[in-house]
Amino acid sequence: MGYVTTAQFAVAEAFRTEWGKVVAHLIRVTGNWDLAEECAQDAFTKALESWARDGVPANPAGWLKTTARNRAYDRLRRESLGQAKFRQLAVTAPFTGDAGADADDSGIVDDRLRLLFTCCHPAVAREAQVALALRTLLGLTTVEIARAFLVGEETMAKRLVRAKHKIRDAAIPYRVPPALQLPDRLVGVLAAIYGLFNEGYGASGGVELIRVGLCDEAIRLGRLLAQLMPDEPETQGLLSLMIVHNARRRARIDSSGELVTLEDQDRSLWDGAAINEGCALLQTALGQPRRGPFTLLAAIAACHATAPSPGETDWVEISRCYDQLFRMSPNPVVALNRAVSIAMADGPASGLALVDELEESGELSDYYLLPATRADLLRRIGRMPEAEAAYRRALELVPTAAERRFLERRIAEINEEG
Amino acid sequence: MRYVLFVCNDEADQLTSEETEARYAAYVACEDEMRARGALITRERLRPTSASTAVRVTNGDLVIADGPFAETKEQIAGYFLVEAKNLDEAIDLARLIPAAHHGTIEVRPVWDM
Repeated sequence: MGYVTTAQFAVAEAFRTEWGKVVAHLIRVTGNWDLAEECAQDAFTKALESWARDGVPANPAGWLKTTARNRAYDRLRRESLGQAKFRQLAVTAPFTGDAGADADDSGIVDDRLRLLFTCCHPAVAREAQVALALRTLLGLTTVEIARAFLVGEETMAKRLVRAKHKIRDAAIPYRVPPALQLPDRLVGVLAAIYGLFNEGYGASGGVELIRVGLCDEAIRLGRLLAQLMPDEPETQGLLSLMIVHNARRRARIDSSGELVTLEDQDRSLWDGAAINEGCALLQTALGQPRRGPFTLLAAIAACHATAPSPGETDWVEISRCYDQLFRMSPNPVVALNRAVSIAMADGPASGLALVDELEESGELSDYYLLPATRADLLRRIGRMPEAEAAYRRALELVPTAAERRFLERRIAEINEEG
Repeated sequence: MRYVLFVCNDEADQLTSEETEARYAAYVACEDEMRARGALITRERLRPTSASTAVRVTNGDLVIADGPFAETKEQIAGYFLVEAKNLDEAIDLARLIPAAHHGTIEVRPVWDM
């Protein structure tokens, strides 16, 4: 025990908090994504040895950045990657070795934000966007990312390489987009992070359990974004939404791997501290003049998470949020959720009318939650044979085994009661 | 950096003479804007693929065939060669092209040799 362990602990901690900063900084300085990752890796390896021998430096981040940057400088000089490249480098980065020159310490845009926006540039393949962000910003290995996305390691490695080459060859700029483009582009970044979260959250039980890690990684990215862009209410809204959903994670699946609906969940299993954190973030987002879709979704999630029992849920407030959401983005999934909230606020009959309307429109004809919702409302009204038919229709469309078993249980219940 | 902006659209689109005139005026305006930004190197409009000939050399033999190389719904109808600082700037030029509204603009970086 003692020194070595302390150093190892410090390196592990630095890896968690500083990896993204080092990589993001090196990409800006060298313009070379592969070199940046390799030199960051070298710096952390060197830290293990050096910090054990000389003690942990006062500013580990600065030490790592300087070490990685010097390593990049050495490699470029030795390998002489081309005279032009070297000149360009010399112009953009005077290698003073002065950690004080780091941009993120001086109030200028954080390099990690540049990195995140570049990874999530719409010209980068959608399937590669968050994968690349996990690799470069959070330091996940290709194997870890491949496992999380349920693809082979080789497939994921190719995907990452292709994305990096696209960024280089098409000259996707390494920057936070200018004000005019920022709202659109921020939506893309938020959607990518939320997509990552849902990949993990939608997965449930058994072989898919490993994907739960995706929720944590999405929250880490969300935290980073909210911290880097504190004045954008939607960054707080998204983070709040993910944290509150995640707080209910343990109650969503019972001990036998079955899906438990919100109203049947054991609320004592919810993570109260996380819910409080999510609600505090929501208040920050609500304090801003504009209200975006993620903030509204977060407000809805908070209504559910703060209700002591299902019967005490503030459905009037929830349906009000869905109204706003529907006006903002009138898509059929929002319409369906709005119908559910109205059913809860005003009674199942009013909700059913809206669901029937949606069904007649032919939209969502392949979406199992449409017949499943209809079935649930019919059941509440007591129209059991119609409810059963709708449950059976939902069964034909249901994507996961846990959700399938849930529908089958409902049908069994109807038959028992009848 | 130089980028080629390929103008791809459906040749089967039928335009009235007023629409053709309006389209022509829109292209003139687009070119003027690109020139004003100092971005336009050159641009060409291509005749329809019915005038296209495919050429191949197989085992030393010249093989000539009628028609475009690839049968797709959208065909390359022309191109702009532009100078742009990065992809975002090239995209800003591509969106000026009238065909962006009814076809697709493919933005391809030039391989500097």
